[in-house]
Amino acid sequence: MAATFQGLGAATALSLSGSFDSKRLHLLSRRSLSGRKTNFLVVRSDGRIVSSSMPARRSQQFIANAVATKADQAAASTASKSGHELLLFEALREGLEEEMDRDPTVCVMGEDVGHYGGSYKVTKDLANKYGDLRVLDTPIAENSFTGMGIGAAMTGLRPVVEGMNMGFLLLAFNQISNNCGMLHYTSGGQFKIPIVIRGPGGVGRQLGAEHSQRLESYFQSIPGIQMVACSTPYNAKGLMKAAIRSENPVILFEHVLLYNLKERIPDEEYVLNLEEAEMVRPGEHVTILTYSRMRYHVMQAAKTLVNKGYDPEVIDIRSLKPFDLHTIGNSVKKTHRVLIVEECMRTGGIGASLTAAITENFHDYLDAPIVCLSSQDVPTPYAGTLENWTVVQPAQIVTAVEQLCQ
Amino acid sequence: MVLGRAFEDMCAQMYYRGKMFGFVHLYNGQEAVSTGFIKLLKKEDSAVSTYRDHVHALSKGVPAREVMSELFGKTTGCCRGQGGSMHMFSKEHNLLGGFAFIGEGIPVATGAAFSSKYRREVLGEADCDHVTLAFFGDGTCNNGQFYECLNLAALWKLPIIFVVENNLWAIGMSHMRATSDPQIWKKGPAFGMPGVHVDGMDVLKVREVAKEAIERARRGEGPTLVECETYRFRGHSLADPDELRDPAEKAHYAARDPITALKKYMIENNLAKEAELKTIEKKIDEVVEDAVEFADESPQPPRSQLLDNVFADPKGFGIGPDGRYRCEDPKFTEGTAHV
Repeated sequence: MAATFQGLGAATALSLSGSFDSKRLHLLSRRSLSGRKTNFLVVRSDGRIVSSSMPARRSQQFIANAVATKADQAAASTASKSGHELLLFEALREGLEEEMDRDPTVCVMGEDVGHYGGSYKVTKDLANKYGDLRVLDTPIAENSFTGMGIGAAMTGLRPVVEGMNMGFLLLAFNQISNNCGMLHYTSGGQFKIPIVIRGPGGVGRQLGAEHSQRLESYFQSIPGIQMVACSTPYNAKGLMKAAIRSENPVILFEHVLLYNLKERIPDEEYVLNLEEAEMVRPGEHVTILTYSRMRYHVMQAAKTLVNKGYDPEVIDIRSLKPFDLHTIGNSVKKTHRVLIVEECMRTGGIGASLTAAITENFHDYLDAPIVCLSSQDVPTPYAGTLENWTVVQPAQIVTAVEQLCQ
Repeated sequence: MVLGRAFEDMCAQMYYRGKMFGFVHLYNGQEAVSTGFIKLLKKEDSAVSTYRDHVHALSKGVPAREVMSELFGKTTGCCRGQGGSMHMFSKEHNLLGGFAFIGEGIPVATGAAFSSKYRREVLGEADCDHVTLAFFGDGTCNNGQFYECLNLAALWKLPIIFVVENNLWAIGMSHMRATSDPQIWKKGPAFGMPGVHVDGMDVLKVREVAKEAIERARRGEGPTLVECETYRFRGHSLADPDELRDPAEKAHYAARDPITALKKYMIENNLAKEAELKTIEKKIDEVVEDAVEFADESPQPPRSQLLDNVFADPKGFGIGPDGRYRCEDPKFTEGTAHV
């Protein structure tokens, strides 16, 4: 049965946009890992569905990694040939390169971004193309080179500052909070700071506590910055371009484990909306809000849930600050139940803020209290088993949905 | 220098009359450094300061009226009342702040210098030779950001001059008690840039050193570290009782008042007469009075200004539950929307 949907390309997907028939939908549901699909249409928040790929025949398992280890079955590649396939880090590089070609004031600065090509290869070969000053290898001085980026942004450039790991940006907190976020306001609107601060964060594979931090919860209070989290090659490229073009300071959160995700993205240029959330899988029974790596755990759980007869609506919130309350609200008004699945810690994370925001705005529409699944309030341990227990696993998501929908 | 002194004295008066609040840090005694350096800059050159920034702003060209209004928190201030004493900014005059935490402005200054180099080398504006001055104190010289930026600037030969206003005291912490090697100028050569020490109470000596440093930077030869030995006649801020400093030390530096010294020099060398100087002082007093009047009469910021300028692109406030961008909500422009 799945075979009939294999050939979905952009054109046919359009024709499905009107239907929310859950039976057809469960076959169209997104694969949780290694997306390999055309998905032109994911962008809008009005519920147009994504086109599909082969549903995986994967049994319920402990997800220790969300990395695509190889390109998926040949069967799935009968999908439309338009567009080109690439990995997430290549999508980021493509977005960055296109923007650097388009605007000569866009420059990159960070540790090992130049000659080394970036520790996750996001800036590979860019230094050869644009020169050592435009793709600047900095010494290990996060606070100062972030501040330097801010000073450059104030005086007319558009820097993209890379934190080799998001955790290192804790050293730049002074500059990010005081200068990046606040200067536009404190100067009475005189100076704008069109800077993009990006880097990989999140819990990886046994990287230890200090390399597994979720900085989005620390930065979310800073007034004046926008935060976005990418999760697929498609939205990575689109958000990178949008962030660079934005006049506001934007922090783009990538995830260490998602860099090797492969997907087919359009050849044409596209820029996504920084403030909008992405409808991953429309549904009727429960709204699951998630972002970054947890999206894949959720989709894995969704597979199980669908087999058990549930119809979850999955939204990748993408915009961590500000929240897209329109998309989220429409979903809450439809399903009346909310589950938030995030990788931040329980205390003070994005989920905590999102819970408050939804309760405040959509309290009347809720049939049950909001459930928020977050990581344990524990420094991430090195041991693999312990590490798996600190983050949310698909089994927990399934249980939570079952309890919520009772 | 006279404008700076008169302005700061007026600030003290206004503060004690309750016209301005918060932390106000006055620059009395250090005027030679500001004048000596900033008066050599072009309008396109940038200057970055700390919380003791009123006189840097005035030297750079920001009108006294705007600075005084900003201090009073009025909407006609240079930052529309949103910055205050410690955050003077002016895009027109390229004053990049005004920072409350010490050392915070040094990386920003490094960034401005980087922009200048970028324009020349990447964007191809061959005649771009803008320099940046970063002013900070002796306390900052024990802070990591200072050293990191010395390294960055020397490494890339950025057109920046690091001006240390060493007034020997960081609130109540004597420089000698806080620093293992109190000679700050020596830290320049450690990073590969010239380190110069100059008498910061003598405006002509400062100007000479400044001239050389700025020309070096304009030629693309890189940064310089200039340590100016100076002194602040008042306390750290208007809330500082200033009890720790030795009266003998204060007297010693009071005798080296930069304004009196320059007056003496000008009269002795027949560059000006007493009467002319008196006229200048009177004119300055009028300017300062006018600034106070202007500030007094200016309106307070209206409620609608509260949410203005948090984001350069107000779409950053996000999409509200009704599907519209929050900044499109009419209540938003009144400042009454909750975001």
